[in-house]
Amino acid sequence: MEAATLETVQETHHAPTGFIRRYVFSTDHKVIGIQYILTGMFMGVIGGLLAMLIRLQLAFPEASHPLLAKLFPDGMAGGVMKPEFYLSLITMHGTIMVFFVISLVLIGGFGNYLIPLLTGARDMAYPFLNMLSYWTIVPACLIMLASFLVEGGAAASGWTAYPPLSAVQTAVPGSAWGQTLWILGMALFIVSFTMGGLNYVVTILNNRTNGLSMFRLPLTIWTLLVGSIVGLLSFPPLTAAAILLLFDRHFGTSFFLPAGLFFGNTVLPNAGGTPLLWQHLFWFLGHPEVYVLLLPALGVILDILPVFTRKPLFGYRITVYCLLLIAVLSMIVWGHHMYVSGMSPYIGEFFAIGTLSITLPSAVIGMNMIASLWGGSLRLMTPMLFGTGGFGGIFLGNATTDIQLHDTYFVVGHFHFMIGGVTLFAIFAGLYYWFPKMFGKMLHEGLGKPHFWLTLISFYCIFLTQHFVGFGGVPRRYYAFNRFEYMEPYSEWNIFITMAAFTLGAAQLILLANVLWSLWKGRKAPENPWNATTLEWATPSPPPHGNWGAALPEVHRWPYDYSVPEAADDFMPQTAPEAR
Amino acid sequence: MVDGGKGKRPLQAVLLAIAMWLIPVGIVMMGMRKWFPPLASEHGEGIDFMMNYLLLTIGALLVVGHAALGYFIWRFGNQIRPSFRMASSKTERRWSVIPVVLMAVIAEGWILVLGLPVWAKIYAEQAPLEALTVEVTAEQSAWNVRYPGADGRFGRIDPMQVTLNDAWGVDRSDPASEDDLILLNEIAVPVNRPVLIRLRSKDVLHSFFLPHFRVKQDAVPGMTIEFWFIPNKLGTYELACAELCGLGHYEMRGLFLVLSDEDYAA
Repeated sequence: MEAATLETVQETHHAPTGFIRRYVFSTDHKVIGIQYILTGMFMGVIGGLLAMLIRLQLAFPEASHPLLAKLFPDGMAGGVMKPEFYLSLITMHGTIMVFFVISLVLIGGFGNYLIPLLTGARDMAYPFLNMLSYWTIVPACLIMLASFLVEGGAAASGWTAYPPLSAVQTAVPGSAWGQTLWILGMALFIVSFTMGGLNYVVTILNNRTNGLSMFRLPLTIWTLLVGSIVGLLSFPPLTAAAILLLFDRHFGTSFFLPAGLFFGNTVLPNAGGTPLLWQHLFWFLGHPEVYVLLLPALGVILDILPVFTRKPLFGYRITVYCLLLIAVLSMIVWGHHMYVSGMSPYIGEFFAIGTLSITLPSAVIGMNMIASLWGGSLRLMTPMLFGTGGFGGIFLGNATTDIQLHDTYFVVGHFHFMIGGVTLFAIFAGLYYWFPKMFGKMLHEGLGKPHFWLTLISFYCIFLTQHFVGFGGVPRRYYAFNRFEYMEPYSEWNIFITMAAFTLGAAQLILLANVLWSLWKGRKAPENPWNATTLEWATPSPPPHGNWGAALPEVHRWPYDYSVPEAADDFMPQTAPEAR
Repeated sequence: MVDGGKGKRPLQAVLLAIAMWLIPVGIVMMGMRKWFPPLASEHGEGIDFMMNYLLLTIGALLVVGHAALGYFIWRFGNQIRPSFRMASSKTERRWSVIPVVLMAVIAEGWILVLGLPVWAKIYAEQAPLEALTVEVTAEQSAWNVRYPGADGRFGRIDPMQVTLNDAWGVDRSDPASEDDLILLNEIAVPVNRPVLIRLRSKDVLHSFFLPHFRVKQDAVPGMTIEFWFIPNKLGTYELACAELCGLGHYEMRGLFLVLSDEDYAA
């Protein structure tokens, strides 16, 4: 009875007609998902350009670029990059890429767009909250970008914002107003993520359509669920930490500041705090955040694989259990960022054991991915190409626990390979895969392939080389490597990395061109262009408001029924009834 | 296995398989080069051994992973229909055990067996009595260094009394201060004698990084952290800062001289 009433209510709830309610302040999860993706891509362009400036400086330290001086009259006065500008660049590149690009596109974008469609719901559980979540992230982005314009420039204490550098306003120019804006932007980001994450969890648990049991969920949904829960548990401590930092900065408290700090010829009056507290709070968020991003990326790849091999996934249930295990373990490994921080070395051993344990379930998932190819009929369309590219990162994730490598370029190479590699490739794979559903147009295959190849090759060149440079003991966050003799041999490698980075950056222009061209002139997408089984392909491209026609779809099987012997086609949509 | 039928192998499959085979070749070639700065400390051997162990095992996994991926792409890239039997959950479980066992042995097992003693030697063991104690206080872009002098005792210091001219806040009334030797950005130690570093910071986080000695320790304001190691090769080495500390982070360079006993006495 109640369900029937609900049904009627939703049917009578027509799509809003005004432009603003429809495209700007929309509560439709599809519009919000696309808004997230576009915002994330915009921030991605900025974050990428920052990376190009960083690489420019590292390859040709203190060279003069008169053209850039016009663009950044302050940071590159006279054409030479100032150290404070460089530090702002690395800080903002990290912050933007992790929190405002990958999180936005993968979690906010794909999450919003896909959760209702893949679970057979008409919308998210709380559409208004969803809209609010997006419109909280927009000011967060604007605040982050605006921080480049304030006195002292953007925050310059690294994306980890370790105090006292980030807490004492005179410690570095970026710690003036830039750091305050950074804190506000991060706090808003977490507020937005909390609203979004709650919405995801409730929707996935409560709004699944008839027949869609938990073990019939596609892995994209599983990973988004697990990722959201981990995020909800781990993000709030950073909000708290950010507020404490704000108080230390502006109201004279000493949460992170011990006695006896000496700056600018005076001893600061603070006493009683410790910088280590911030590190614990930051990494309590920071490390799980890696998995919040990584898991959905794996989910996307795992879901794309079966479509392009035309066979079921290998080890579906085991993968789900591994995901849950990774989620639990991810909460107790944050200390591996702090081995040499002054934390007790005995705790260090505990964190080492926890960290190494994570390799077990991760290796199983990696094996399941590769085993899923076995016996398949590979269709190397662009989404699949990007899907396979994502594998490589997994193998590198295992080497850690080293004193020598801490804070060197090994770390830089490592997390770029994992976070950058797996998520970036997954985002691209997902984009090529779901673009037809989102916009009703196919992306151009001919442009997709060079985009893939250039990205793959330049990616390996950059980040593998960084691993090796890190072995040499080259530290991260250095404005230039020309002050130390032992770093001299790596200057040529740095030029090599920079060249590869420019290639990587340029390759993304192909994607941009592809998106624009396809929106304008792309081939019209049918309802199910990839012959896939999951629910989103059982509705028109793009889906109408409310997603499904009069009746909700009913699910009869798991999402990976490819090449089942009794079927006429080589795939059985989840909505196909059981054979009698 | 069911016959899937073979078609023409598409160019993408050929290229991707070859790429997956060439990548590990490239990685191994890169890996064969000498990357680590030459070693100059005793405990560093343990760290280097561990590092080489990881390089070999993880490198092998990487090679096998890429090679398998390449092979699968090659083999199934031209198959018209899938040729597989649905894996039973028993098969799935059995295969999953392989990576678990492999990683448990390579990662959990041997890393702990090899790594814990090294870790324990660095952190759990007390410095030998004959160790030379050197105090290092980091500040933005410089390393302040202090020796106890002939009496072997450091004079009292008070961080609240630090001024621009006196990075230590030395208490002049303490007689132990008189023969203390204060240096800037330079540490000299005798070879083969344990060195105990007492590390402090007076402003932000820094990290005491001696790449040739496999030594790295953060300097944390408000904390006094001690660690020790044995330099065992003569020479002049560089001391770098490995924790972002401000504008001069990249040029916070110190010299670490390992001298023969005679030179050190002089």
